[in-house]
Amino acid sequence: MDLVYTEKEQNFRREVRTWLEANVPTERLPTFDRREGFEAHRAWEQKLNAGGYAMVSWPREFGGLGVNLLEWLIFEEEYWRAAAPLRVNQNGIFLLGPTLMEFGTDEQKARFLPRMAASEDIWAQAWSEPGAGSDMAAIRSTGRIEGDEFVLNGQKTWSTRAGFADWGFGIFRTDPDSTRHKGLTFILFPLDAEGITVRPIAQLDGETGFAEIFFDEVRVPLWNQLGDLGGGWGVAMATAGFERGLMLRSPARFQATAKRLVHLYRAHADEVDPAVQDKVIDAWTRAEAYCLNTYRTASLIEDGGKIGAEASLNKIFWSELDVEMHETALSILAARAELLPVASEAGDVGGWLDGFYFSLAGPIYAGTNEIQRNVIAERLLGLPRAGK
Amino acid sequence: MNFLYSEDQRSFQESIGAFLSQECTPETIRASWETETARSPQLWAKLAEMGIPGMLAPEESGGLGLSEMELVLPLEETGRVALAEPILETAALAVPLLRDCGNAALQAKWMSRLVSGEAVATVGLAINPVISDAHIADLIFLQHGDDEIHAVEKDQVTLTAQPATDPSRKLFTVAWSPSADSCLVAGEQGKELLAATLDRAALGISAQLVGAAQQLVDIAVDYAKDRQQFGVAIGSFQAVKHMIASVQVAIEFARAPLARAAWSVAHATSTRATDVSQAKLLASEAALQAARVALQVHGGIGYTWEVHLHIWMKRIWALEASFGTRAWHRRRIGAALFGESVSLPSFGFDSEV
Repeated sequence: MDLVYTEKEQNFRREVRTWLEANVPTERLPTFDRREGFEAHRAWEQKLNAGGYAMVSWPREFGGLGVNLLEWLIFEEEYWRAAAPLRVNQNGIFLLGPTLMEFGTDEQKARFLPRMAASEDIWAQAWSEPGAGSDMAAIRSTGRIEGDEFVLNGQKTWSTRAGFADWGFGIFRTDPDSTRHKGLTFILFPLDAEGITVRPIAQLDGETGFAEIFFDEVRVPLWNQLGDLGGGWGVAMATAGFERGLMLRSPARFQATAKRLVHLYRAHADEVDPAVQDKVIDAWTRAEAYCLNTYRTASLIEDGGKIGAEASLNKIFWSELDVEMHETALSILAARAELLPVASEAGDVGGWLDGFYFSLAGPIYAGTNEIQRNVIAERLLGLPRAGK
Repeated sequence: MNFLYSEDQRSFQESIGAFLSQECTPETIRASWETETARSPQLWAKLAEMGIPGMLAPEESGGLGLSEMELVLPLEETGRVALAEPILETAALAVPLLRDCGNAALQAKWMSRLVSGEAVATVGLAINPVISDAHIADLIFLQHGDDEIHAVEKDQVTLTAQPATDPSRKLFTVAWSPSADSCLVAGEQGKELLAATLDRAALGISAQLVGAAQQLVDIAVDYAKDRQQFGVAIGSFQAVKHMIASVQVAIEFARAPLARAAWSVAHATSTRATDVSQAKLLASEAALQAARVALQVHGGIGYTWEVHLHIWMKRIWALEASFGTRAWHRRRIGAALFGESVSLPSFGFDSEV
């Protein structure tokens, strides 16, 4: 154990800090839940890529910096410290990118990864269906094989980024006689293909962060299959593993929120109930704990270790922490908390309400926390499955 | 940056754990309740053979010359088996206090005897109203006022037993006459030594709480797999699964802060106090939750004297309140967050370049 950054790590932090200080837009970009904001975020991703910082965790051969996980954490710390824009390319960087590197053919990697790195293609995930949420193996969307093409039919929903993205990925039932986890294939599809209809879904806050995707006889080449025919479940689980694992929510995100929460409390200390102070202390302590645990996990993986069901512990922890922090912030803002920033009485409500809405989705997406608790109980602790 | 204990350190912890689970079982603990001291000199001698009491003692005194980073590993194991012997008091508190007090005569008289297991020592700090294991201590360090530490031997004190709900906890008030002779350190040096001792205590207890919490989860899991109702194991019910899973989350997120606090104590970093308080807060909450959930999973049988659960539950309730309650540690974290300073003691995020 050595909890001091090496000279190399400190140099990397300095380089990233300097670059971000010079390049992060001074004004907040409009939300990527609208077309204009989406394109502004794409332009930011392209600027990041030009600076070499779009895909720091990717190997150099695919346009990344090839940094290890500890350096990735440092990058994220600097990214959040600089209050840089949210990553519109998240699905590509952390989900599909690593999956393509593991399961893709050389041709697929060459076709998709450079465009992904350059944000020429922004990817949407298409996991859930109306009848397949937590029970993802209940997927009914089909991929019928005709000649050298898949013909896609069905419906996907809660598809993040689908409103304005260029490509999507998901699993489809390619063996019509199969059930559950078998007979599914992981397929990549352009969102402007004929027969695809994307219908944005308005969220709690009225914005359209996700969408439904309808497939009506959509033809894509068999070449767009990632991994084996009928092996889609395994590919999807690997992708979901990346999502729940280390990279979906880096600790700095929550440490940044905790810091803002401490300052919000300081500014309102005279007017709020003293009991709120304990919640602020707990929030800050938990954000630190999440950071420390992530460093521990990153060290473990760098040492050749693997995480499996442990990823579920992380997902529960950060998602509940995020809700708690935002609830505490709203309780400090008290009766102003419901005001939108444009209200003349809004004071310092800032983005807390937006953050609160977003935090509420955390325990639901990427596998509900109830599913995560089942995973911990069954795979980590060895408790029996239902009915056994 | 590397957050992992080395292979050697991990195998050291494993071997201590294996040893303790042989030597300290619910049966031996119950048997000890029937003895006068509730302590086993034989077990203490074996622990000393393994070097545990003298882990932090200098090598020239026969100690292992290690730091708190290593010490928390066996302490976690003592929590796991609910060991009653005063490892925390001797190894984590008295030995480093003696090491750092600057009194060569006292060191010459006691250090090698504490290391060899021939003598036992305990420490009384003002934060606790009672002192643990004074009945078997040959040497007692006592806080006096807010900056003095005195050292007294067993024939210089009068003990009043303070019976506790956990029959393994042996607690006392100590009457003694402070004098210039008994005073080891005072003033700024005394305050610093007291603060370091308190942080070592809170750190060591955090390790014991994590060990005890994991043990309760493991016991609850075993019971939930075995116990059948409605024709199936109760562990197959989501209501039971989710309770236990939540405890495991809490335990897991107490571990890295514990390791970090151990590092900070060992290296006397500027964030030592907040790091220790965070570790104690997280370990306390995980352990309290483990105690509640383990009892709930067991149902009525868990509420009996006969089932061993209460050995760990009572230990957790006692340790959680010792060397600073959760409220006390929260205030200490709060002092770092709500003071004048603009920069907060975060790990990684916002750090200096």
